[in-house]
Amino acid sequence: MSEVLVLAEHHESEIRKVTFELVTAARALGTPVVLWLGPGCGDAAIAALGSYGASKVLIADSTDVSDHPVVPGAEIVAHLIDSIQPAAVLVASSADGKEIAARSAIKSGSGILTDAVEIAADGTVTQSVFGGSTIVHSKVTHGTPIITVRPNSISATELLASAVVEKISIGITDSAKLVSVTKRSVVAKGARPELAEADVVVSGGRGVGGAEGFGIIEALADSLNAAVGASRAATDAGWYPHQFQVGQTGKTVSPSLYIANGISGAIQHRAGMQTSKVVIVVNKDSEAPIFELADYGVVGDLFTVVPQLTAEIGKRK
Amino acid sequence: MKIAVCVKQVPDTWAEKKLMAETSTLDRVSPDGVLNELDEYAIEQALQLVEAHGGEVVIVTMGPERAAETLRKAISMGADAGIHIVDDKLAGSDAIATSAVLAKALEGRDFDVILFGSESTDARMSVIPAMVAERLGLAQVTFAQKLDIVGTTLTAERVTDYGFDTLTTSLPAVISVVEKINEPRYPSFKGIMAAKKKPVETLTSADLGLDPALVGAAAAWSEVVDFAARPPKPAGVVITDEGSGGISIADYLTNSKFI
Repeated sequence: MSEVLVLAEHHESEIRKVTFELVTAARALGTPVVLWLGPGCGDAAIAALGSYGASKVLIADSTDVSDHPVVPGAEIVAHLIDSIQPAAVLVASSADGKEIAARSAIKSGSGILTDAVEIAADGTVTQSVFGGSTIVHSKVTHGTPIITVRPNSISATELLASAVVEKISIGITDSAKLVSVTKRSVVAKGARPELAEADVVVSGGRGVGGAEGFGIIEALADSLNAAVGASRAATDAGWYPHQFQVGQTGKTVSPSLYIANGISGAIQHRAGMQTSKVVIVVNKDSEAPIFELADYGVVGDLFTVVPQLTAEIGKRK
Repeated sequence: MKIAVCVKQVPDTWAEKKLMAETSTLDRVSPDGVLNELDEYAIEQALQLVEAHGGEVVIVTMGPERAAETLRKAISMGADAGIHIVDDKLAGSDAIATSAVLAKALEGRDFDVILFGSESTDARMSVIPAMVAERLGLAQVTFAQKLDIVGTTLTAERVTDYGFDTLTTSLPAVISVVEKINEPRYPSFKGIMAAKKKPVETLTSADLGLDPALVGAAAAWSEVVDFAARPPKPAGVVITDEGSGGISIADYLTNSKFI
């Protein structure tokens, strides 16, 4: 059976959830072989990858790889495309993932498809585009299919395998070292889940009225172990940080549950959350377009409804 | 400092985007075309760099005839000239081909900096800046939330999922910027008037020496097999709060097993 190359998405030794989704998706196409760039791949990581079916983990942890962004990774992927001849290369739709995918596509003469939400055994990719309004089926027609996968779209399922480990050392060209990483800064995110990976997202919009109002949004989010999102109106007004913006120019989320509070639901916002499985809306304007997306909606004052909901959730836990 | 800013005309954010049945490509005719919003941040960054270091800003776009209007709008923010790559043969080009076209238009012109927005609001791939850097063999500094250039040394903060990385390199470089890097200026009346007279070079694929077999829909390295509108969601239940709206949501969550 062919191998499928999977690029592990990790922060040091912490494997991001999407990596397990990639390995699961890879199993439909062939035998998953995981490429780990940079340091941090210890026994625990290898065991974890094996528990989702990875048959091999290739570790490229030279300083050339960690000291320079993107391009060394792309050279290694291109090299492996040539030497392993995988059926496909699966990468997360992160900044690094997309750019490594993009550059290795050119290096290896391969087509690239981004933001897949599903991959069939024959390589047909499903994409949810234009804010989720159109479902597209696509295929790469030239070279080795390089596919970036949207986090939180494919369910990771375990399949116990024993992964063999191999350290690889591939020469990196000077042109891959033009840019150097001089410092890595971690910005404290707090305990809430990542927006793009969260199972439940609770958002606030213009109706929240100010930064202080987000306190009740956060309290509802915390009662559900949810991530907090914000509409463009709220982030532009400075009521909540930009990195939490959900929408066309912000993050796209696809949680099991999305609760929109004081958000009117203009296309800008809907583009970022339209594929949420269940949508609950609280808004005092019964004409707000977002009610069209609601599985359940309450026309009312979020300052009354939301705290009441939070309290009730607390009682039922 | 000679700066190129690559921009794209995209369907208006408020318009519904649709794929056309005959070609499986985006309908760029029915909706109004606007400057890709995220490109405004790249143009603003270019203008700020030229204000600090002197030099010129050239706006570059690949697009059909109607993209000329968007190019002028981009120039009206304060740029000096434009390059419009326009050719029917380019219609339906994928990102791979588009990056080849842009690279051809950019090469040999001694740009110190080539700027992009972080993504286009229609395709949302975020791959063009990296692909252009690959083709030109230039330093790639993308998703920048902060940029500093001193002499030919560029230092930037690249947004990551856990915070940011500080990068350094020497010019020339291909750079993409994120929204939080600056506040784009509104074109002044003077800028709008001046834009009408700024020189715009138009180029075809032949002018760029591009093999027609490598561009356009037929040359694409991926294809759309089929597409369909997402089936409309069945209408949900909407009630008016009469004192227990919050509780009714909790009931819904319990019934759907979320709590």
